[in-house]
Amino acid sequence: MGGPLVRMIAQRIALGILLLWAVSILIFAGTQILPGDVATAMLGQQATPAAIANIRAELGLDKPIPVRYFEWLAGAVQGDFGKSYTNRQDIATNIGRRLGNTLFLAAAAAVIAVPLAIVLGVLAVRYRNTLFDRFISIVTLSAVSLPEFFAGYLLIVLFAVKLRWFPSTATIRDSMSFGQQLYAIALPTLTLVLVVVGHMMRMTRAAVLNVLSSAYIETAELKGISPSRIIWKHALPNALAPIVNVVALNLAYLVVGVVVVEVIFVYPGMGQYMVDHVSKRDVPVVQACGLVFASVYIVLNLIADLAAVLANPRLRHPR
Amino acid sequence: MLRRLTPSAAIGLFGVGFYLFLAIFAPLLAPYPVFEVVGKVWEPPSWAFPLGTDNIGRDLLSRLIWGAQITILVAGAATLLSFAIGVLLGFFAAIIRGWVDQLLSRMIDLLMAIPTLIFALVVLSVLPTDLYVLILVMAALDSTRVFRISRAVAVDVAVMDFVEAARLRGEGWGWIMSREILPNALSPLLAEFGLRFAFAVLFLSTLSFLGLGVQPPVADWGSMVKENKDGIVFGISAALIPGTAIATLAICVNLVVDWVLNRTTSLKGGRGDA
Repeated sequence: MGGPLVRMIAQRIALGILLLWAVSILIFAGTQILPGDVATAMLGQQATPAAIANIRAELGLDKPIPVRYFEWLAGAVQGDFGKSYTNRQDIATNIGRRLGNTLFLAAAAAVIAVPLAIVLGVLAVRYRNTLFDRFISIVTLSAVSLPEFFAGYLLIVLFAVKLRWFPSTATIRDSMSFGQQLYAIALPTLTLVLVVVGHMMRMTRAAVLNVLSSAYIETAELKGISPSRIIWKHALPNALAPIVNVVALNLAYLVVGVVVVEVIFVYPGMGQYMVDHVSKRDVPVVQACGLVFASVYIVLNLIADLAAVLANPRLRHPR
Repeated sequence: MLRRLTPSAAIGLFGVGFYLFLAIFAPLLAPYPVFEVVGKVWEPPSWAFPLGTDNIGRDLLSRLIWGAQITILVAGAATLLSFAIGVLLGFFAAIIRGWVDQLLSRMIDLLMAIPTLIFALVVLSVLPTDLYVLILVMAALDSTRVFRISRAVAVDVAVMDFVEAARLRGEGWGWIMSREILPNALSPLLAEFGLRFAFAVLFLSTLSFLGLGVQPPVADWGSMVKENKDGIVFGISAALIPGTAIATLAICVNLVVDWVLNRTTSLKGGRGDA
């Protein structure tokens, strides 16, 4: 611990910030591919040149692209994303509320999916090559191949229409208690769990199996330690680094998978907000949402990176 | 070859073949015209409409068959294009090395730092919605993954003696790419092609489901789910039928890929576990 480790962490974080900056350029550039004009699109083909010039000046479109980029970035860093083209509302306040909802949903899914994946993965190793292992393998493989919306509607048909246990749309309000909110997001949470648990479980299984082939495991076996104890006490701690990595990557994936799930369950989160405004061609909103999603994704990837370094002392001294 | 066909591979091949057959012979197989309203809204399955009708009374089976064509065509075209771009750039980077390789690789890293769906949404918010744009966007985003794998494979091959010999002979990089590296990189790339195609089907369906992919009245499986999703809460499962088609196609492609991977590793003398 100490010097080199701190420096390494600082380095990774600096790299992450550099990456974020590059990504902001990319997202901004992505919306400038077309020379097409928002002003014309908003007013229609019949608009007079004067009206178009007016709206261009109002939206700041008459400035050169680099100037607009730096103004946008300066605003974004201070949490000001400007106003929406379509409804003139402040984007930051809208995003603030919805980001909270999205993270709430993603966190609920993570709290269930991560322990479930690790336990299932370890069990699959413990009973490897048995019927149980095969069964889990087939179920998770098909879960991974399911598109999110198909999984979501299957759950709606089963739990909302047939059994009537849970609501089919996830409406949440601030006035609801925590328990009520959890009940409301039961089905979207379950959908997300279904989508990520397969991948995490398979990677856990692979990581533990990998460790099981080392010599000290053979020693432990020859000492006569029970298979369960070998896996939980000897193999799992050493497989932790790859598992933590996979978990963080899947959490990053969760944040993206949330987009589709929110649309299915009409959940008032970031994803739905973004998709809505993509079809309305409301560029500032899309840029802002894109930047926020990309930031969360990059930060989670950075955490995965750091966790791997912290869990494995050998990575601390790169040769 | 047939002797080695495992049961899961047989299921996969059959499924892929079945959907390809539907796609190719859609004009002959579909019992009704694709856009025509032929019955009442959301009729249950009957002899006249084997899968029932959709949200405005069109025959669901006919739309499913035509949807197979659009889905496979768009996903296939996007995958082919992404391979053309990705393999070309990846091989090029692996042969040239130096700063060109560095520049390309870092740019691809940057593109991959943004989640694919999010970047697609950002770009589609300004681009016109038609099939060509859709194919181009999907191909461009997917070519980053193809670049990574083809560069990794090609770097290994490019240091072999026979490539060195070709270089000393004075062959240009076009020859080295197509005659020296490509034949030796074919089997991993083929497996990757299958995976990328399955991913493209899922991605296209997701975009169409969000209303940003294939636009009505043309139907692919994803937009059929979108059209019929409101029926679900009334217990009408019309939306689940195209959803099932998407899922089964993706699973079947994956089964075939697994089989191809195992077969090629055992051909190379590796331990292909069943």
